[in-house]
Amino acid sequence: METLDFQFASAPVSRSAHTALCGVVGSGNLEILVQAGDQPATCQVSIKTSARGFGATWQAVLATFTTSHPAGGTRIAINDMGATPAVVSLRLAQALAEYRGGEQ
Amino acid sequence: MSQALVARKSWFEATARARLGGLLDAGSLQEILPPGEAQPSPHLAALDLPGAFDDGVVIGRATLAGRPVLFAAQEGQFMGGAVGEIHGAKIVGLLRRAVQEKPAAVLFLIDSGGVRLHEANAGLIAISEIMRAVLDARAAGVPVLALVGGSCGAFGGMGIVAKLCSAILISEEGRLALSGPEVIETVAGVEEFDSKDRALVWRVTGGKHRYLMGDCAGLVDDDIAAFRLAASEFLAGWQEAEPSLGELRASQRRLEDRLAAYGALRDGLQVWAALGVAQPESVPMLDRDSLVALKEGLPT
Amino acid sequence: MKLQELFDALFPAGRQITVAGQVLTGQAMTPQGPVAVLGTTDAAAIDHRMALALAAFVLDTVEQHPGRPLVFLVDTSGQALSRSQELLCLNGSLAHLARCIDLARRQGHPSLSLVTANAVSGGFLSFGLMADRAYALADAQVRVMDLRAMSRVTKIAHERLVELAASSPTFAPGAENYRRMGGIEAIWPAPSAELLAAALETAAQARAAGDQRMQSGLARDGRRLAAKVADAVSPSMPSALA
Repeated sequence: METLDFQFASAPVSRSAHTALCGVVGSGNLEILVQAGDQPATCQVSIKTSARGFGATWQAVLATFTTSHPAGGTRIAINDMGATPAVVSLRLAQALAEYRGGEQ
Repeated sequence: MSQALVARKSWFEATARARLGGLLDAGSLQEILPPGEAQPSPHLAALDLPGAFDDGVVIGRATLAGRPVLFAAQEGQFMGGAVGEIHGAKIVGLLRRAVQEKPAAVLFLIDSGGVRLHEANAGLIAISEIMRAVLDARAAGVPVLALVGGSCGAFGGMGIVAKLCSAILISEEGRLALSGPEVIETVAGVEEFDSKDRALVWRVTGGKHRYLMGDCAGLVDDDIAAFRLAASEFLAGWQEAEPSLGELRASQRRLEDRLAAYGALRDGLQVWAALGVAQPESVPMLDRDSLVALKEGLPT
Repeated sequence: MKLQELFDALFPAGRQITVAGQVLTGQAMTPQGPVAVLGTTDAAAIDHRMALALAAFVLDTVEQHPGRPLVFLVDTSGQALSRSQELLCLNGSLAHLARCIDLARRQGHPSLSLVTANAVSGGFLSFGLMADRAYALADAQVRVMDLRAMSRVTKIAHERLVELAASSPTFAPGAENYRRMGGIEAIWPAPSAELLAAALETAAQARAAGDQRMQSGLARDGRRLAAKVADAVSPSMPSALA
């Protein structure tokens, strides 16, 4: 397992009182928990992944995501079991949409 | 019928949270210890494995057709729904809460291979605690209803737990047993149990067989809405009885008679024939309604 | 240890115990009065027949000897592994046995179990672990799975499991690990009428207190999370028998 921590500048997201959870920690999948962070223009990401040595890939996927989506003011926690970058991007978008929608 | 096909949402394929979303009244779900307030298992982390925020079980309160219920839903996609220390303690806590709050029922969405080997001792003791807590809730008058239809079925200690519940509603895809076919094959050989023979596995452990034998109270289509309907109908007609010597004596007689009658058989086909099913080989092909009609027509 | 030696050590004041097909049932005299004795021997793989024999004896005891303490002698290698056993829902018969023991508890019968040799998985869950309190002899094997098999299934290196087992009681086999986790109350150096008498002395309180294994596991620093998690879910008193 590897633990990775990143911070990205990102446009502030409309704040939600709720947390959002997406996905399941199963083979080739991951879960993403989005909670309110303390810096409005920063997205903090903390990852625990079963696949070692993919730090650069994570950084690239997350940089793209936080540039194309307003994700500032969030703390994102991820538990990963070897999801592909495509699955990661999909789940991130789902989780953020849920967070903005205020759905539980 | 066509309408049902259009609307059908598979229980088997859904996550625990998706099952709950369709099972319970819309907007009523309140999770207890939600992911944002919980920590993944440190035992998995010690073995260098990522955990899940909810440790593979979602618990909380909600309403079902307007009646207050508590629920626990195991996530089969995370570590096979297996019971570790936190996972088990959440379920035990929920069942203890049921004793105090006396909801209309506890809905137990079982999808588990049993003990989580990575936390084997904690898991085994936790399942023992769940067993006693289920019986405590029932003794307090709270029905505990097991819903089985996930990819991991109800195996190992969770198979025992399922059979301690007031009743089990199962889908054809659901499986209920103690040892997994793979374990039996590994220890006793492929001629004893060929775990790759899917049809055989279902004839021995599958929902239709368990329903025909009376081990499960209801057979349900693999559809979240069908589980919702079956659960609310079952609870509307169910009164939890006090545990009694008379009831357990009756259960003892039933089990002894059954063992005497069918103990030497090795395939569902043989048991169904012995039960009086005219064309046992047709059972795997029957849809849910036809199978229920078949069971109701059997000699008792 | 031979069965008769075990009986001699535990019940020197007399007993009448019959053994049939690895299932033992009978009565014994102790300083606290007569007790009902039941269990399995020779690492029994619990099947329908054994589970139902034990269950019937529990029900007979409830009917014929109200309140009489139950002493379980546990020696099981787990559950019978066969297709015909599963075909008739072996988990159902084990659940039935567990329900009978639970009924006895609710009707006032204190119970304790002693693991005399082996206690594994399903056989242990449905019987030994259903007693108010479980004890184990020092050389007893208590486990879900040995570490080599666990290593194969979990795909974690055996050496890594051995290394971690030294510092954590959470997964590795052993009666002492189960004691630290709260699943076993105490370990007996040898079968002893004195230890049995002492255990029976507190058995009624143990019954009335309900399931205290989480608290024990916490107090012994073996299971640090369970009690806190369960309390967070259900804030007031842990369950106790009315």
